[in-house]
Amino acid sequence: MSRLSWFNTVSLTLGFAFLYIPMIILIIFSFNESKLVTVWAGFSTKWYGELFQNEQILDAAWVTLRVAVFSSTIATILGTAAAYVLVRGGRFLGRTLFSGMIYAPLVMPEVITGLSLLLLFIGIGLDRGILTIVLAHTTFSMCFVSVVVSSRLVTFDQSLEEAALDLGCSPAQAFRLVTLPIIAPAVISGWLLAFTLSLDDLVIASFTSGPSATTLPMRIFSSVRLGLSPEINALSTIMIAVVTIGVIIASLVTKRAMMRQRQDEMAAARTE
Amino acid sequence: MRRAFLIAVPYVWLLALFLVPFFIVLKISLSDTELAIPPYTPTLDLSQGWAGIKEFFSQLDFENFVWLTEDDLYWKAYLSSVKIAVISTFLTLLVGYPIAYGMARAPAEWRPTLMMLVILPFWTSFLIRVYAWMGILSNEGYLNQFLLWTGIISTPLVILNTNTAVYIGIVYTYLPFMILPIYSSLERMDGSLIEAAEDLGCSRLQAFWLVTVPLSRPGIIAGCFLVMIPVIGEFVIPSLLGGSGTLMIGKVLWEEFFSNRDWPVASAVAVVLLLILVIPIVLFQRNQQKQTEAEQ
Amino acid sequence: MLFQSDCLMGAVLNTTVFAPWEDPQAKPLIQFQNVTKRFGGFTAIDNLSLDIFEKEFFALLGPSGCGKTTMMRMLAGFEKPTEGHIMLGGQDIDPIPPNKRAVNMMFQSYALFPHLSIWDNIAFGLRRDNMPKHDLQDRVEEMLRLTRLEQFARRKPHQISGGQRQRVALARSLAKAPKLLLLDEPLGALDKKLRQDTQFELMDIQEKTGTTFVIVTHDQEEAMTVASRVAVMDQGKLMQVATPDRIYENPNSVYVADFIGDVNIIEGRASANGEDSYQIDWAEGQSPLTATSANGFSNGQACHIAIRPEKVTISADRPADAINAVQGKVHDIAYLGNLSTYHVELPNGTIIKAQTANTRRISRRSFTWEDPVWLSWTATAAVLLAS
Repeated sequence: MSRLSWFNTVSLTLGFAFLYIPMIILIIFSFNESKLVTVWAGFSTKWYGELFQNEQILDAAWVTLRVAVFSSTIATILGTAAAYVLVRGGRFLGRTLFSGMIYAPLVMPEVITGLSLLLLFIGIGLDRGILTIVLAHTTFSMCFVSVVVSSRLVTFDQSLEEAALDLGCSPAQAFRLVTLPIIAPAVISGWLLAFTLSLDDLVIASFTSGPSATTLPMRIFSSVRLGLSPEINALSTIMIAVVTIGVIIASLVTKRAMMRQRQDEMAAARTE
Repeated sequence: MRRAFLIAVPYVWLLALFLVPFFIVLKISLSDTELAIPPYTPTLDLSQGWAGIKEFFSQLDFENFVWLTEDDLYWKAYLSSVKIAVISTFLTLLVGYPIAYGMARAPAEWRPTLMMLVILPFWTSFLIRVYAWMGILSNEGYLNQFLLWTGIISTPLVILNTNTAVYIGIVYTYLPFMILPIYSSLERMDGSLIEAAEDLGCSRLQAFWLVTVPLSRPGIIAGCFLVMIPVIGEFVIPSLLGGSGTLMIGKVLWEEFFSNRDWPVASAVAVVLLLILVIPIVLFQRNQQKQTEAEQ
Repeated sequence: MLFQSDCLMGAVLNTTVFAPWEDPQAKPLIQFQNVTKRFGGFTAIDNLSLDIFEKEFFALLGPSGCGKTTMMRMLAGFEKPTEGHIMLGGQDIDPIPPNKRAVNMMFQSYALFPHLSIWDNIAFGLRRDNMPKHDLQDRVEEMLRLTRLEQFARRKPHQISGGQRQRVALARSLAKAPKLLLLDEPLGALDKKLRQDTQFELMDIQEKTGTTFVIVTHDQEEAMTVASRVAVMDQGKLMQVATPDRIYENPNSVYVADFIGDVNIIEGRASANGEDSYQIDWAEGQSPLTATSANGFSNGQACHIAIRPEKVTISADRPADAINAVQGKVHDIAYLGNLSTYHVELPNGTIIKAQTANTRRISRRSFTWEDPVWLSWTATAAVLLAS
C-alpha cells in the first residue's frame, strides 16, 4: 500500500504542478515592472493601470460580454428544449437527423464551423457584427447545453412527471412545476458552459465577426501573435481570477447544498 | 401543438445554422475562384428557373480537390496534422493516466477538490493557457533561464516555434479531456476486483495490468478520441507555439481563407478534413454506445 | 460407572459425528490468538481468540458492524491485526501478502472480472501459478462441472443470471484448491428461494472438496443451515461459539437467544428449589415459574427466562399437570401457513408468543382475538440466563 500511495502522491503532485505552474508564472509576471515579460524588474501594478486605459481592449471586453450573455441565454433555452425533445419527445419525423445535428457540432473542428457560418452569412447578405457572432455561438453552444441537460434528464425518474400528470397538471405545468426545478442545476451548468465557451472562442468569432465587432479573444490573439505583452499578462490574471472565484463559489454552493441534504437525511433518520 | 413547437424551434435553428451552411461549404468547394464578390462562381440564379439550376450544376466540378492532391502542401498538412494528433494524444495519455489513477485512489473526501482542480483550467481561457507557454518556452523564457541557471545547459534551447512546443501545448490544454473520462472509469471500478485479483495470486503490478487497465479501457478510448478529434483541426496552438515548419490543416485552412482569399480551395480543404474526421468520430460514437450498453 | 459411560459416549460420538472441536488432540487449522484490530480510534475486533478446524464449515454471524467482515479480511490478508496473531496450519500468516496465501475468498459482490469470460475468470488464479496448459484446462473443466456451468463457459459475467454468477465466483475461488475458502455473504444477492437451494449446494460442494469454509453472514437461518459451528459476534467480541442446535437450544446469553430465532424473555428473580432447579418470581400476584439450569444461581439473583414460542402450548383450560402455566388473552394471531403464532397478553401487559403447527389442512381455528387462554410449558423448555 505504501509503495502505491507514494507513486500516487508523486504523480498527483507532478500532474497538478504541470497544470498550475504555467498559470502561476503568468500571474506573477503580470506584476512585473519591466516591459520585458520574462525579466523580473520589481513589483508593479502599472500594467493593470494601462489595461484599464486601453480602449480597444475595454471595447472588445464589452462586445464579448454582450455576445456571451445573449448567446448563452438563447442557447440554454434552445438546448434545454432540444434535450427534452430528445429524451422525452418520443418518435417524430427526422429524429435521427435531429440528434445527429445535436452531436455533430461537438466534434466539428472550429475552423469548419466558422467557415460554413461565414459563407452562410455572406450568402444571405447578413452584415457581420455582434448579431452574427451571437447566432454562431448560440448554434454550437446549444449542443453542449443539450448534452448536459439530457444527461440529467436520462437519470430523471419519469414517474415524477407521471405523478404530476396524475395529480392534475397539464404537461406544460408538469414541466414547469416538477421537471424544471429538478433539472435546474443541469440547466444552470449548461448556461455557464455556454457562457464560457462563448467568452473563450477565437476561431468562430474571427470568421463570423465583421470590422465593427472585435471580441476579446480576437484582440488577445492579434496581440500575442506579435509576442509577449505584460498587458496581456495582466488581462489573463484578471480572467483567471474571475474564473477561479466563480468555480470556487459554485463548488462551495453545491457542497453546502449536499451537506445540508445529508444533515437533513440524518436528522430524518434519527426521528424514525 | 406545444410539442411540435418545442421540436420545431431547435430543429429549424440547427437546419438553418448547421446543416445548410455545411451544404454551402460543399457547394463552394465545387466552384471556381473568381475575382468578384462573392469570390467564386457559379452562383445560383433562380430567376432563370430550371435552366438556371441546370446551368449551375453543370459548372460544378472537382477541380479544387484535384488541386489538393497536386500541391503537396495540402496532403503534407493533412498527414502532419494526423501525425501530430496521434503523437500528442499518446503523450497526453502518458501524462494523464497516472493523474487520473492517483485521483481515483485518493481518499474519497479529496476527490471533489481534485476534480475541481482538473476542471478549473478547462474553464479558463484556452488562449491564455497557450499564451502562458509562450513565456516559458521562448529563448529568453523561464525554462531556459532556469536550465541555464542550474547549469544543465550552456546555450538556450530552441523550443518555441517548433513541433515540441506544439506537443507541449496540446498536452497541457487537452489534459483535462484525457483525465476526466479515465478518472470516471477508474472511480466507478469496484475495488473488490483488485482484491479478488490479489486474492487469486496477482502481485500489485499484475493486478494493475490484468484488471485495472482493461477495465479503464473505455475511459482511455474516450479520452484519446476527445483529444485527437479536436487536435486534428487545431488552429490556435500551431499558430502561437508552432513555427514555420509546423504544418497543420487548421492553420492552412485559415490562411487559405484569410490571406489568400481562396474560398473554394478553403472549402475543399474543410470538406476533406471532415472526411478524415469521420473515421475517428464513428469509432468514438461506437465506443460510447458500447459503453452505455454495458452500463445498462 | 457413570463417568465411564460418558467417556464411551464421547468416543462413539467422535467416530460418527464430525466434531474435532470436542477433541483436545485435534490441531486447529486456523487460530486467532488474542487478535485485536483497531481502525483509528474504533476497535473492530477486541482481543479475540478462536480455533477453526480442518474441513469445518464455520459461520461468523452477527449484525452489520460486529466485526465479522474484518475477521474475514484479516484471514484473506487485506487487513493486518493491530495486536495478536493469526496462525494458519501452525504458521503465523500476518506477514504473508494476500496473493501468497493459500486462502481464497468469494466476495460479496462476487468481484467477477467483467472483461473476462466465465472460463477465463475461473482460470485467472491458476494462470498466476503458471499451471501447465493441459492441467489448467482440466482443472477449469472440473470446476465448471462441479458448479454446473459447462454451457456458460464462453459467456461474460453480465450475460448470466445472479445465481450463475454466484456459482462462477465459487468456482473461481475453489479452483486453486485453497486450504481455506472465505465466503463473504455469499448468498446475500440471491432471492429467498434460490438462496435456500444454493445453501444445500454449498454444503454439498464443501463436502465433496473437503475444503475448510468460513462464511460470513448476517442471516441466522443461513448460518444455522450450512454451518458445522456458528460464532455469534457482537461489537468485536465472540458471544458464543457452538453447533447450531446448541446455539438455538442453549444460548449462553440473552443477546444470543434474542439474535437467533424468535424468543420470549421474562425477567425475574431466581431462588433454588431443588437440584439444578429454580423457582422464578416474575410478577406481582402471579405464581412463580420453574426452570432448570446447570449454572448456579444465588437466591434472589436477577435472571431472564428465555422460551422459544414453539415450546409454549396454548390451550383453553389450564392443563392439569403443567408446571408452568399463565393465563392471558389472545392479542394477535399471525397465520404463516405452516405455523400460527399467537400473541397472548398477560394481565401485567407482557406479550408471550406461542406457536402451533398447522398439521391439518382444514381445521377450525381454535382461538380468536380476545379469547382467554392458558399458556404452559415444561420445566426444561425454558433456558435460565443470568442478567
